[in-house]
Amino acid sequence: MSKTLFAKVWDSHVVQKIEDGPDVLFIDRHLVHEVTSPVAFLGLKNRNIKVLYPERTFATADHNTPTLNQHLPVEDPLSAKQLQALEDNAQEHNIPYWGLGHEKNGIVHVIGPENGITLPGATIVCGDSHTSTHGAFGAIAFGIGTSEVEMVLSSQCIMQPKPKSMRITINGKLNPAVTPKDVALYIISRLSTSGATGYFVEYAGEVFRNMSMEGRMTVCNLSIEMGARGGMIAPDEKTFEYIKGREFAPKGEAWNETMKYWQTLKTDKGAVFDKEIEFQGEDIEPMITYGTNPGMGVGISNGIPSAKDVEGGVDTFKKSLAYMDFKEGEDMLGKKIDFVFLGSCTNGRIEDFRAFASLVKGHKKAAHVTAWLVPGSHKVEEAIEEEGILDILQEAGFELREPGCSACLAMNDDKIPAGKYAVSTSNRNFEGRQGPGARTLLASPLVAAAAAITGKVTDPRELLQTQTV
Amino acid sequence: MAYDKFNVLKSTAVPMPIENVDTDQIIPARFLKATERKGFGDNLFRDWRYNPDNTPKEHFVLNNPIYSGKILVGGKNFGSGSSREHAAWAVYDYGFRCVVSSFFADIFRNNCLNVGVLPVQVSPEYLQQIFSAIEADPNTQLEVNLPEQTITICSTGDQESFAINGYKKENMLNGFDDIDYLLNLKEKIKGFAENTPL
Repeated sequence: MSKTLFAKVWDSHVVQKIEDGPDVLFIDRHLVHEVTSPVAFLGLKNRNIKVLYPERTFATADHNTPTLNQHLPVEDPLSAKQLQALEDNAQEHNIPYWGLGHEKNGIVHVIGPENGITLPGATIVCGDSHTSTHGAFGAIAFGIGTSEVEMVLSSQCIMQPKPKSMRITINGKLNPAVTPKDVALYIISRLSTSGATGYFVEYAGEVFRNMSMEGRMTVCNLSIEMGARGGMIAPDEKTFEYIKGREFAPKGEAWNETMKYWQTLKTDKGAVFDKEIEFQGEDIEPMITYGTNPGMGVGISNGIPSAKDVEGGVDTFKKSLAYMDFKEGEDMLGKKIDFVFLGSCTNGRIEDFRAFASLVKGHKKAAHVTAWLVPGSHKVEEAIEEEGILDILQEAGFELREPGCSACLAMNDDKIPAGKYAVSTSNRNFEGRQGPGARTLLASPLVAAAAAITGKVTDPRELLQTQTV
Repeated sequence: MAYDKFNVLKSTAVPMPIENVDTDQIIPARFLKATERKGFGDNLFRDWRYNPDNTPKEHFVLNNPIYSGKILVGGKNFGSGSSREHAAWAVYDYGFRCVVSSFFADIFRNNCLNVGVLPVQVSPEYLQQIFSAIEADPNTQLEVNLPEQTITICSTGDQESFAINGYKKENMLNGFDDIDYLLNLKEKIKGFAENTPL
């Protein structure tokens, strides 16, 4: 029988089906960070049990860590305590722990792929909704709550009802300055933040085939923002090439054996999805959000829609615009901004820094703009230096911070002040997400770079044109 | 973690007719630094509930004494965003045992079921009826009957059924915990792991 990629991976991990209940799903790899794990470890302690498979578990510190002076003790006592708890728990349960200062430290969804932990056909979970990132490799990867973290620590399994399947196909070519982030924001703007709730998405078509692995990670990362549990892309030569030689990937004979399996990981012809959606690559332009959820996005040259043209609750829409202090019908281009954030599990990889640098090269940061450039990991940080990107950034008036989640969720000191506008390459523009009262405009690294130079919302295509002249 | 059993809940309800209430609103990230599950109710809807100087915002529904109860009624797509279970803990810790909406985000729904908060999904029309009933009389009682899988507006008798899978229903009725179930499957899981390379 023809099967979808999703069904192949899911079905091969079902330990037990519970009648009129969820499936018991075996988890190949479990990523752990400091914020959603302490209560789960406490649960294990109360039951007097150990982590069942520490060798399938990996821990890092990222959500709560400072991005300046990481060599000093963490100043905030609550953050320090949470970080210490993870270190102690990792030690007690023999889990590899890549804490602050460790060469492999970084955002959990950046370091998983970087170190070959993320593999095709695997089931991967983490107490973080952007775990969907790892689906870029043809893995089933999704975020879980702390009770579920405790389930996986204690039994390497989780209970999940099997989601429905959706395929989003985009063929055609992308226009200049249209990045994977724009593709994702476009899809979310068309589907809304709940348009894929209950589904697991497979992305298919020319646009995704032509995308780099890092671009695919950005798209899969944002699957949760349209409500999907996760998103995945069938592995291909690009995927295998990316993985080969990475530390935790199979090697030698094991690699050859695994490759045979990985090559079967695609949706069979004739396999049926519960829902199919198609878009055309040429229709997408650089995107920006104007509201307080990621579905409130428009092509950057468009204005803010009117409440009457928006599906759903008018009151909710108006509340959102009031928070942003924007009005219906206004242009996005030209709006003054105060902060720029480049980073996060969405756009904190080397290609994102290359894109940002390509646009700011030869320009200067606008004087009134505060820019936080935060690499996703130490490896990304190293590449920024080695490739000469740091020089370009410094020449344009930018500084680099140390790796972490940073202003994406503002758990540390990287908070956008109340009322200020930030063009951010992160994933959520919810009220207060980047600090109490902060106003977030989600966009690609190119749109962020353009805003950083001009100090206002700017179409990156304008600057790219100037560069070629 | 053990939680109270859920059977039939009859209570007044707190209306929150806003769509896409995300978990960053339910509990902002800066309150996720705890290493124990304690005190999250104090920061439920923190930034909607309090001004920056920690004085209560008068117009927010949780600060309005005419609304109270163990049932929270929210707009469509309740609980979207971050997977933080702290959001479900905050809802529980504040005193809610049931959240009603016309649509829930997946992870929040799972988290609720895992911590003893019953998510009840109703039709958009019925949700509107609930909001109207509470608007007309804040003392309107709702009855959520888990064994029968029904929700009733007591004053009008309007009733709707809701779905929950049989396994989770048993768990909620008895206060059972998934981890106990999984630990009893350990031998089967070990067999499975041996055949699944790292």
